[in-house]
Amino acid sequence: MGYVAIKGGGIAIKGSLEAMEALRTAEGEQGVPLSLSAIENQLRLLTSRIVSEGGLYHPRLAALAIKQMQGDTLEAAFALRAYRSTKPRLLATPVQETNRMRVIRRISSAFKDIPGGQMLGATFDYALRLMRIDLADEAPDIFRGIAAKFMGETPTSALPETFSKVVDALRNEGLLPQDPARAIEPFDITREPLIFPIPRSAILASMARAETGSLLALAYSNMRGYGDVHPTIAELRVGYLPVFLPHPITGEEIEAGEVLITECEVVAMYENSDNKSKPVFTLGYGACFGHNETKAISMAILDRALQKGMKEGPANPSEDPEFVVLHIDGVDSMGFANHYKMPHYVTFQSDMDRLRTTQAKAEQKQGNEK
Amino acid sequence: MNPYYELPQDEAGYSFGFLDEYAKREVRRNILKAICIPGYQTPYASREMPMGRGFGTGGLQLTLSLIGRGDTLKVIDQGADDSVNAVNLRHFIELTCPGVDTTERTQDATLIQSRHRFPEMRMTSAQTLVLQVPYPDPLVVVEPSEARRKIMHGEGDYSRLLTKLYEDIVHFDEITISHRYPTRINGHYVLDPSPIPRFDVPKLHQSPALILFGAGREKKIYAVPPYTNAEPLVFEDVPFRTEDFSDAQGRRRSCHRCGATDSFLDEFTNNDGERIYQCSDSDYCHQRLSTQHSAVNEASR
Repeated sequence: MGYVAIKGGGIAIKGSLEAMEALRTAEGEQGVPLSLSAIENQLRLLTSRIVSEGGLYHPRLAALAIKQMQGDTLEAAFALRAYRSTKPRLLATPVQETNRMRVIRRISSAFKDIPGGQMLGATFDYALRLMRIDLADEAPDIFRGIAAKFMGETPTSALPETFSKVVDALRNEGLLPQDPARAIEPFDITREPLIFPIPRSAILASMARAETGSLLALAYSNMRGYGDVHPTIAELRVGYLPVFLPHPITGEEIEAGEVLITECEVVAMYENSDNKSKPVFTLGYGACFGHNETKAISMAILDRALQKGMKEGPANPSEDPEFVVLHIDGVDSMGFANHYKMPHYVTFQSDMDRLRTTQAKAEQKQGNEK
Repeated sequence: MNPYYELPQDEAGYSFGFLDEYAKREVRRNILKAICIPGYQTPYASREMPMGRGFGTGGLQLTLSLIGRGDTLKVIDQGADDSVNAVNLRHFIELTCPGVDTTERTQDATLIQSRHRFPEMRMTSAQTLVLQVPYPDPLVVVEPSEARRKIMHGEGDYSRLLTKLYEDIVHFDEITISHRYPTRINGHYVLDPSPIPRFDVPKLHQSPALILFGAGREKKIYAVPPYTNAEPLVFEDVPFRTEDFSDAQGRRRSCHRCGATDSFLDEFTNNDGERIYQCSDSDYCHQRLSTQHSAVNEASR
């Protein structure tokens, strides 16, 4: 697999891909190929991350991408994004009402007691991160037994279909601004280039498919001191959102299916109001496909930070829309970081020429001075 | 990779207090340093704990380093012993510290780990309070760089913090810092007292109990030793105010369960949309209720 000349690279590429495939099957003859169902369900948070960063809600296809890319989240999201390019955009989704969400988890850190109650749901938040050595060699019948037992013991009634939003209660109390500014025509980042300044809907859309770690890093910088949002989570909810689309003929909105999403609303400290009106709390919003709580929280914090930056001018990186939006996309940044692995023989040759000439000049100058 | 390698299934046990002895000793040494320099943020090599950073790992490392057989531990979160995080931390300490008793009664505890509250009941010199801290540095609101903040602390330069308070007064006619109110300890260092309400800040002053602060994520330990001065930053003409629980008539609101008018109150909206108030310290509320019940029983006998 010589990687010296550009010519003859075809053979090298073929060999490289064969080696990748050999590593994927390196368990050897006793190995069992990963089933997509196992990835989708047992690695559900990984799948969630890929549908979110891939910007396409297709958990099964995301599972395939994970399998194919051997667990690399950036590559898997990349593959899903590329697949998305092959599909036409048929229509723009109307605004979906998240209070219709079939909630599997909802919590509020702002209030002990919220209408409908706190629902802890499935979370690692209070799980001890102790290694469960028994999982190392898990018997299939025990594995299935746990699932059967949980389903058998879960009451089927008693839960409401959905829950009202916590921020609505705050709004009714006059603690939040009355009319949330809502763009009439949302910006489609997949069909229009970003020309700054960009509207908030473009920022939210960019963040919804951003790389989780990048969002987290920037949001964390704001939390730690390079910013002053001081958020409180009014509500974090995870659940299945029914998606309503206009019927192609009648135009009437009908339910087309449902998507698992995570939504987070943070309440931040009030600002000094210019128009002498009563000061109210401010809001940050985050929502993305899949079960991605860290991402939704980071997004909501950055949304609030960016609104401040757009209003008063950015004082920190996390408040600068250009800085944030242009650096959070995993597919973009990973592609560019990896492009440095491509040959740069010509430009580097040119760099060496300049350095050698400058060195020679410097030596000549030193010689003259002596 | 060695294909014959197997996970060591018999090494799943944990030592007393989860952390290894060297780690606990390091934490104890840093606690001593923190006590010797009141309010100073002592850096330490915070370890990873099996729960999320920010869930109280700093307080937990202090507690695990200090606790021994014969100790009685109380864990509070937002005043309550039964909230999920408190239950979880207590469960973890019970799991890794055999021989340690736990309690909900403030007066029975030798060690109290808390998030966001001081117990209502006055603590004694036999007790230690460990507070979990998200942000150890009060200067972070005016200076993001830690290196520069360290110099400011060394020089006792809190002018920018005072300017922030002054600007608040200009903008809002009020200091807007609600919780984690910056407090000067022993005349020099200003510390972040953890996100306790202003209501609890006066309890730092001349406290008979040792108060320790642990910030796991930010890797700092600091302390207010017993009987030490603690003064919230204020101006001569703008006094420090704690949270106001008076109603429209100016009367102090009371807890709807136990009737206390001296405790920090949580605000609820009940099913009828009515606003009700209740002690945030659940142990204080329970104890008051049970004393009232026994007094009633005594009277009816």
